[in-house]
Amino acid sequence: MTDLISTVVAKYNYWIYITLMMIGLYAMIVKNNLVKKIVGMNIFQTAIILFYVSIGVKKGGTIPIIEHGHGQENHVVHAVDYINPLPHVLMLTAIVVGVATLGVALALAIKIYNNYNTLEEDEILAQVRGK
Amino acid sequence: MIWPIDLAILTLVVVAAIGALMVKDLLGASVLFGSYSFMMCLLWSIMGAVDVAFTEASVGAGVSTVFFVAAVFRTTRRTRD
Amino acid sequence: MKIVGLIIVAVTGAFLIYAAADFPAWSDPASPASTYLSPHFIEKSMEETSVPNIVTAVLADYRGFDTMFETTVIFSAGVVCFFLLRISRREEPESRYYRHVLTGVTIQLKEGYKMPPSDDFEQIDAAWTPPDLIVKTACRILIPFIQLFALYVIAHGHHSPGGGFQGGVILGASVILFAISHDLRSAVRRMSEKLIAILCAVGVLIYAGTGALCLLLKQNFLDYSVLAGVLHVDPITARSHGILMVEIGVGIAVLATMIWIYNNVSSAGRYRQGL
Repeated sequence: MTDLISTVVAKYNYWIYITLMMIGLYAMIVKNNLVKKIVGMNIFQTAIILFYVSIGVKKGGTIPIIEHGHGQENHVVHAVDYINPLPHVLMLTAIVVGVATLGVALALAIKIYNNYNTLEEDEILAQVRGK
Repeated sequence: MIWPIDLAILTLVVVAAIGALMVKDLLGASVLFGSYSFMMCLLWSIMGAVDVAFTEASVGAGVSTVFFVAAVFRTTRRTRD
Repeated sequence: MKIVGLIIVAVTGAFLIYAAADFPAWSDPASPASTYLSPHFIEKSMEETSVPNIVTAVLADYRGFDTMFETTVIFSAGVVCFFLLRISRREEPESRYYRHVLTGVTIQLKEGYKMPPSDDFEQIDAAWTPPDLIVKTACRILIPFIQLFALYVIAHGHHSPGGGFQGGVILGASVILFAISHDLRSAVRRMSEKLIAILCAVGVLIYAGTGALCLLLKQNFLDYSVLAGVLHVDPITARSHGILMVEIGVGIAVLATMIWIYNNVSSAGRYRQGL
């Protein structure tokens, strides 16, 4: 029992990421409003980015910018002292691409609103079937 | 990494996410989503990912909130859920 | 629908929790992600590229090909927003409104009449309200500093957090701030749609052009060390300069795309009234 509790406590970060991801997924499936769906999509996306960034964390490591300056030319760099920079690189571009796709999604929502005069999914479906 | 701060901000992130989805006003949802992004940025800066935190502070909390507000302004604030 | 959604979410969450139990312990330095490739980047990037910020070095040099297509994705998102929303059909308004800049006198012209272009009068919309004086003045003071900071972020990305993506977004945000504090028409007058479209393409072209230049000098695509002959520096410094060129390209592309998306979304493609 204490073994289980210590496992649960040691990985509390992962449980909260899964919670966030599931909140986003639930909003994408269940919410009726298109803008709410887009908000859910963004929450899902940031939860995944959060998970990736947390992979790179190292105990006792500092930020991935190497100490430099005059008199430190012969400074030897140890990989243990710095946080893993690779997930940061992957996720940095993912955030900027995410905002670009957000723009496209909002443009589609505006287009739908201009055509059907509503953002609610069931009303749009009723109008599409009624025609 | 200091775990009490980490846990407090993680709780705030979850609260902001649920709030952004529960509130019955799209303008309020977009502002709450901006606060969610900013909490996320704090979380990344205490994890040591400074570049990612910087990007999120400028992109997520800044520009994407503006996009949301602009889209809500061009459509409607009303929502049923 | 709610019950189906809850079931799907519960099942997926259970699978994820089951999988998360096998993850390496939190912040473990010996986890698989931190042992395979990243020690090489951390230990060698300073002597291979002379860039202290490892994230910048990996972003623009080791993984430069990846970042080039991320920039292309951003460019195409801007183009898609334009094609989705922009209303190209010129609908003639019933009457046009012009405002004298100095005195604030507004005149209305009937259908079919047009004001000859002059500096004294500006065209406005029927529902035009003057921008708030305090907001306008505060933004006027703030915007130059925001732009200066953005240029610093792009240029100093080698030594501190920052780079082309962040600097480009901040530059775009300063123009968006101008459009919010004044109105969209005066923002578009200062930065026209044509200029934005050209800048958007030029940013991607600078990135791809840097790669093609390396190709012309008989090296691999995006291998900046061959630029040493052109720039008259040693190959390691040449890689650092190549990263800077690429970051400038990324900055220009991101700047133009952010403004383009904002202009289209906030006016629903009409380019008349913004937020």
